[in-house]
Amino acid sequence: MGYSEEKMYEEKVFKDPVHRYIHIKDRVIWDLIGTKEFQRLRRIRQLGTTFLVFHGAEHSRLNHSLGVYEIVRRIVDDVFDGRPEWDKEERLLSLCAALLHDLGHGPFSHSFEKVFDLDHEQFTQQIILGDTEIHEVLAKVDPGFPKKVADVIAKTYRNKLVVSLISSQIDADRMDYLQRDAYFTGVSYGHFDMERILRVMRPKEDQVVIKHSGMHAVEDYIMSRYQMYWQVYFHPVTRSAEVILTKILHRAKHLSEKSYTFKLPPIHFYSLFEGKISLDDYLKLDESVMLYYFQLWQEESDPILSDLCTRFVNRKLFKYVEFHPSNEQMSKLLELNKLFHKAGIDPEYYLVVDSSSDLPYDFYRPGEEEERLPIHLMKNNGEIRELSRESEIVDSISGKRRTDHKLYFPADILENDTGRRKIKKQIRQLLDLD
Amino acid sequence: MFKDHANIMNAIASAGEVTGRKKLQKMIYIAKRISFPFQEKFQFHFYGPYSEELTLRVEELCNLGYLHENKEKKSGYFQYRYTLTPSGEEFLKHYEMDMPALQPCMLDMNEQSARFLELVSTVLYFYELSKEEVTEKIHTLKSKQKYTLEEIDEAYEYIVQIEEKAKLQ
Repeated sequence: MGYSEEKMYEEKVFKDPVHRYIHIKDRVIWDLIGTKEFQRLRRIRQLGTTFLVFHGAEHSRLNHSLGVYEIVRRIVDDVFDGRPEWDKEERLLSLCAALLHDLGHGPFSHSFEKVFDLDHEQFTQQIILGDTEIHEVLAKVDPGFPKKVADVIAKTYRNKLVVSLISSQIDADRMDYLQRDAYFTGVSYGHFDMERILRVMRPKEDQVVIKHSGMHAVEDYIMSRYQMYWQVYFHPVTRSAEVILTKILHRAKHLSEKSYTFKLPPIHFYSLFEGKISLDDYLKLDESVMLYYFQLWQEESDPILSDLCTRFVNRKLFKYVEFHPSNEQMSKLLELNKLFHKAGIDPEYYLVVDSSSDLPYDFYRPGEEEERLPIHLMKNNGEIRELSRESEIVDSISGKRRTDHKLYFPADILENDTGRRKIKKQIRQLLDLD
Repeated sequence: MFKDHANIMNAIASAGEVTGRKKLQKMIYIAKRISFPFQEKFQFHFYGPYSEELTLRVEELCNLGYLHENKEKKSGYFQYRYTLTPSGEEFLKHYEMDMPALQPCMLDMNEQSARFLELVSTVLYFYELSKEEVTEKIHTLKSKQKYTLEEIDEAYEYIVQIEEKAKLQ
């Protein structure tokens, strides 16, 4: 028996708060979980800075990756197995891609990628194809196997059905994170009947389709997705923490470029600051390392870096007002910029607009112009229909989108009496705080 | 602030109007790949490179009243046409756009079909691979579009031509 078919002597099971158990039968999956690159995901939170708002949201990308694996395992072993449209030779590939799909995420990856112009998907590819423990395990299956796994995750694999298991509008990735994020944040939205959805999934040539009788379960999934976006993912206070985090990284980079002498040399960041990070350096970075520096940087002599880190570590976040960038408001923003300078508060770091498009979460889209593949329902006669054309509920929330923009600033500095009181009062008036 | 929004508006203004969401996605992707400073992240999707960030930004601009989105019913599907509104034009005046080569590139791309731009953007997505490998990718990943070898050749020629246009900044 080859390595790809090797099973564990006894099935391994991990307790999981969302799926109850994660079942591991395949030796390859067991070995992948044991690699250092996969274990690194324990030190990267699934929801970045959300733990500063929902204190339970400390779960890691490792938790989520195991969850996605478990959902795909149930689909291919319990639902697809034996169906003519499903090629069972793709089973192990689907499981590996599910387990490894988030491998390249960096610490607080949303802000991190923005500041350093990186893409976690490229690092996922590098980890799978490079000189790593992950690669070693995958290549034992077959020398061409790592490339296949990388292609599925990059959505460029020839069998689109396999791709759609982890990257479509109703995939294992979304089904896990919605439930897991709801569980760990403690919110009451985000729940839907996944068992039912799995039972009505059917493999088709290019994607998974849903039996029409399962439409109401899918409606529930779409509704929970909608609720989670606005209640958890787009939470304005989480966005405030993200704004501060982004500005810390910008400031540290700026100081490094200006040859500032840090009290402790930030060796983990050197190659990042220089814009030429290697895979080895990337893998050494995690949120524990990052938070260690933030802790130290509170003591830095640069007042901006020190203040921003103190805010992040002690959760003294920026306040916000709604901002509509009308021409009048844009003039007001220019005026605020000038007043911030006059008050000795650098607006580059302390006056920040954040838009809903700056956030990485997406909504259901019916794909009217083929921009994204929609969810398809299969009627009894085999006819395929796009979900929002059949469901009034989905149609009503996939029309005009809600978008917003918020202006973030340090209200505490504007309210204190440490000087420039007149200018600060002007600022407060412009922000409608007084 | 709002510089990324302004960049999108500037691109649409340069083209005059853009018909089709897919076309807009591909135009911005190609412009980004030939070195114009668009910040939106693209990933490979079923129909080629796609940016959710760009979709959201366009929605925001429509909600702000800076872009006009006209929904037209075609045979069996809807098509969207984007133009700048007068307040959008006013808003754009807040920004200095120093990209003289963008307009000829956007106008040129706008004259191409969405199908051809989909092919060009897919070629660009795999541009690091050899032409044979790219051709194979196109034939396996986009088998339904049935792109011919001549069309793939044209896409390669077009990339060279549009890169030249972009250099004239």
